[in-house]
Amino acid sequence: MSASPFTVTPLVRRNMRRELVARIVLGAMVAAMVLPLLAIIAYLVAKGAPLISFKFLTTNPTHGMREGGIWSALLGTIYLVVIALAVSAPIGVLCAVYLNEYAKDNWLTRMINLAVVNLAGVPSIVHALFGLGAFVLFAGIGRSILAASLTLAIMTLPVIIASTKEALAAVPMSFREACWNVGASRWQTIWSIVLPNSLSGILTGVILQVSRTAGETAPIMFTGAVFFKKIQPGTLFAYSLTDQCMALSMHLYTVTTQVTNAPEPLPYAIALVLLGAVLAVNAASIVVRSLLRSRKKW
Amino acid sequence: MVNNQPKISVENLRLSYGHREVLHGLSFSVAPKEILGVIGPAQSGKTSLLRCLNRTIDFVSNAFVSGSITIDGEDVLRTSDVHTLRRKVGMVSPLPVGLPLSIYDNVAFAPRCGGIKNKDELDARVERCLRQAALWDEVKDRLHTLGTKLSGGQQQRLTIARALSHDPEILCLDEFSIAIDPVTTMRIEDVLKELKSHMTILLVTNLVQQARRLADRTMFLWNGEIVELDRTEAIFSNQPRDKRTYDYIHGLFG
Repeated sequence: MSASPFTVTPLVRRNMRRELVARIVLGAMVAAMVLPLLAIIAYLVAKGAPLISFKFLTTNPTHGMREGGIWSALLGTIYLVVIALAVSAPIGVLCAVYLNEYAKDNWLTRMINLAVVNLAGVPSIVHALFGLGAFVLFAGIGRSILAASLTLAIMTLPVIIASTKEALAAVPMSFREACWNVGASRWQTIWSIVLPNSLSGILTGVILQVSRTAGETAPIMFTGAVFFKKIQPGTLFAYSLTDQCMALSMHLYTVTTQVTNAPEPLPYAIALVLLGAVLAVNAASIVVRSLLRSRKKW
Repeated sequence: MVNNQPKISVENLRLSYGHREVLHGLSFSVAPKEILGVIGPAQSGKTSLLRCLNRTIDFVSNAFVSGSITIDGEDVLRTSDVHTLRRKVGMVSPLPVGLPLSIYDNVAFAPRCGGIKNKDELDARVERCLRQAALWDEVKDRLHTLGTKLSGGQQQRLTIARALSHDPEILCLDEFSIAIDPVTTMRIEDVLKELKSHMTILLVTNLVQQARRLADRTMFLWNGEIVELDRTEAIFSNQPRDKRTYDYIHGLFG
């Protein structure tokens, strides 16, 4: 019997069966990841949305957190995130450029790389203690927005270095060699070829740290965040660097654990605002990245 | 062909990667405006030799070079100004690399790095180099599209144009024709013959007949040693001095 070339042999049938199983198992894993996320968001929206209004966002808490809004916490979080990243992003990116483009591959560089990876894995409470010791006490800054932001900056620095290095390493080596072959210096190569083509990856890494900075409670608890602070509403410059501040993450913690008889939707509303702010920043980063990637050049 | 002072003179050049020595003490010289063909099987050290000449060997972290290379009387291995050296020694690598820039910027990149800002001068230079690389007619209407979107063969010619863009005095071609069709290869070979009037050319090639067509002298490199370096006619004659040369050229090797 001569088999036609397109007869389904047992081998092919087995492969198709395996293909189907792989598809189902892998798909189920994706579902297992996405469904809880959707459930969390749905739960938060259902519980917290009724409380959210423009007034809720722009008035200070009153009556021992039981009434009023979250203005001082929202603004405090914005201050902390902006200042922390303003410090850690430039230092981290430039540091990664040095490590990836200039540093020779010797034991010192390897030690530094190892240290960066390890620092990225240090729990945030340890960073908090470091911040308390180094900035609040030793440097004498005192508990303040500045000390808390610097602590957050220290915490995000190794992650930014690691993600930036990865983005730089994704630019093919052959481009650098082509530049060096025509007599371009390292800096000319970095500036005209390497950085423009790794920018989207670098930005993604930095922006991901926004959510981490906004969400962390431990590092700011000892270094600058307070239970309650009343600030002037209606202006973005209500805090100064040496003030202590409220922060959303800390506020959420205190409202759920320290305040008795807080209205039930309040913690959900705070969590929803925090989540919304982080999602908005991430969405912005996706837009920026797709704009940059549409110019992807190879 | 013999001139009073050699353009390049290499003495007892040794190169090792870690503990593995790949060039075992090469000594030769190249006269100004000469085309030196370099032939030899894979792993014979051809590319490594070229990388020593423009000091891109520096980027291989475990490479160790000894001996001396002199270009125009200047010690290459000890010069502090590698950027000027690399502008003087143009290099075309075997795999095409279009930089992620427009075609125009690909060619204008090196002159710009060298400090040329004048637009007219850049325009003229870009056109000249693209013509020399036999690419101008194909891309003249789309100079501002991406160089990386060109086909492999076109990118290879773009690489050649880039290597010519900084007016090198020495041009090292490492298997330049690997991705280029035979007709275009012939056109570029004709250009090389013209360039010879003011350039010294090192032509590394696996196509022994290409060396025969172009080179004044040919070097047969094998396992990091010079088996034979002689006038091209002598190398390709029926009785080169070393039997291995004959065997290699006629495919009887090994």
